[in-house]
Amino acid sequence: MDRVKVGIIGPGNIGSDLMYKVMRSKYLEMGIMAGIVESEGIKRARSMGVPVSTEGVKAVGANKEIRIAFDATSASAHVRFNAPALRSNGIISIDLTPAALGPYCVPSVNLNELTEEQDINMVTCGGQATIPIVYAIKRAAGAAYAEIVACISSKSAGPGTRANMDEFTETTSSAIVKVGGADKGKAIIILNPADPPLMMTNTIMVRVKDSSVGIDKIRESIDDMVTNLREYVPGYRLRVPPIMEGDKVTTIVQVEGQGDFLPKFSGNLDIINSAAVAAAERLAAKMLGVGAN
Amino acid sequence: MITLIDTTLRDGSHALRHSYNIDQVKTIAGGLDSCGVKYIEISHGDGIGGSSFTYGFSKTDVFDLIQAASGVVKTSKLAVLLLPGIGTIEDLKEAKKRGAKAVRVATHVTEADVGAQHIAAAKDLGMFAVGFLMMTHMSPPELVAEEAAKMESYGSDYINLADSAGYLLPEGVTERVKAVKAAVKIPVGFHAHNNLGMAMANSLAAVQAGAEYLDGTLRGLGAGAGNTQLEVLSGVLLRSGYETGTDFYGLMDLARDAVEPIMLRPQTIDNGSLMLGYAGVYSSFLLHVYNAADKYGLEPRDILVELGRRKMVGGQEDMIIDVAYHLKNPAPAEI
Repeated sequence: MDRVKVGIIGPGNIGSDLMYKVMRSKYLEMGIMAGIVESEGIKRARSMGVPVSTEGVKAVGANKEIRIAFDATSASAHVRFNAPALRSNGIISIDLTPAALGPYCVPSVNLNELTEEQDINMVTCGGQATIPIVYAIKRAAGAAYAEIVACISSKSAGPGTRANMDEFTETTSSAIVKVGGADKGKAIIILNPADPPLMMTNTIMVRVKDSSVGIDKIRESIDDMVTNLREYVPGYRLRVPPIMEGDKVTTIVQVEGQGDFLPKFSGNLDIINSAAVAAAERLAAKMLGVGAN
Repeated sequence: MITLIDTTLRDGSHALRHSYNIDQVKTIAGGLDSCGVKYIEISHGDGIGGSSFTYGFSKTDVFDLIQAASGVVKTSKLAVLLLPGIGTIEDLKEAKKRGAKAVRVATHVTEADVGAQHIAAAKDLGMFAVGFLMMTHMSPPELVAEEAAKMESYGSDYINLADSAGYLLPEGVTERVKAVKAAVKIPVGFHAHNNLGMAMANSLAAVQAGAEYLDGTLRGLGAGAGNTQLEVLSGVLLRSGYETGTDFYGLMDLARDAVEPIMLRPQTIDNGSLMLGYAGVYSSFLLHVYNAADKYGLEPRDILVELGRRKMVGGQEDMIIDVAYHLKNPAPAEI
């Protein structure tokens, strides 16, 4: 079967892990790995037979076969260079930076609404791990307020995250409302340096609007969502099943990565990359005229 | 000259389950101002932005409390605490608008770089900015010093070292203060918890090792077994020949008249607090652990020891439920 050629801009840890996921996909094929210097990531891609360039987005735009590009650089590079260049070449952007030029995408919640977009933003790792649960609770019982705490291992928080913690909390809070459907959202992120590193864990707490729905219905909605999520994040599971106290529902999830390029404890990076690839596959399936995956 | 920082209205907020009201804040802040306390820290216990399910909701909006305090202080400067990942620069701007003049940007001892953005923002706003390293018992002195040097490079006006779990003994404090002093040009401060009964001894050790700023709270009101008792510290420093510029009698009276009557429980070293210090667990976990122990029918000590074993850091109050759930429902593997 034909596959859609994709580009990755930014051959760092995220970009390299994305490459492995793309190479496993039945809808996608690596068209180019683009960086700005001859880095380890570029060398790695070349050694795996992937076309590479150090001309950045320019090389992606110049390649007429590329239909979709993942941007794994930075918010400012996305806004200033990559998004405009991709758009002018008719290439769809899947944006893994916090730039949020385009609408937020959490595949298990709203991917179907985004198949016409030119620029899709993948929110944050914590958002990908928690917003599906917020939405699952909301669709069962409404959500007046939703709060999440994402704990990631210090080793899997890169310099981009560290230099801009507010971007994480603010973007995630905003997507809890826009995608999760809560009236109000709050996000907290904690880095934990324990060694051996901890798996990514996320606590989700929702003040529901209709507690008479009962915990069983809420649990059912969450279980359906977890099944759905596990299609693209096999290491996703409930650590603590939902507990209800009055109108407050609490549940804790754990995300174990697939260990493609990054270690398994980097579930935070695995889930945002898996979500990005799931989004690209849906778009690719549409381009190829086959049913969505 | 030793500068005393009062944090009754911030760390003390934990002990009051974040229930401070406007009148209490005015009385305490006004009293501290009259007693010559240079900095008054006021925030939710987990800093601005801390009001939440996870840490407890503030009964009165923290910015309204800051504004109320700002209306009564004449010479003291109001400070806020900000934990990157919980509070944001937007919160800081609002705090400044309501009257805060200083901010202490607190990160886990190994994670100073997450505070770079907030310290820089504070300096841009013209605020006094403090790099605040939490849980310093978890790193050896040389690594604490490295992180302190990062905090200095971001623009901190001084470095505050916190023994957030009340775990350190005086030698551990001396080593850390000395290592940091050797690594940075700016002054060093110390924040103690009394979980092992060491708050006063540790504060004195810090000063003797060269610390120039010390935290305390009236009646010791704070997370876990509380902090260094400010009025006592004022007396101890007088006896030791250190100048603080504070009114010793005034602080005593303020503690008796304004703080003691509003305390929810005596600030003693109860068994839970003792275990915080012994196991090296973040002090503000205590009351949340009591709640979880109650809910799951567990011994608080067992939850605390497991939290310590898992090396949970400040802000991970959400993991108390995780620990309680798994102690109650032991799983076969991978916890």
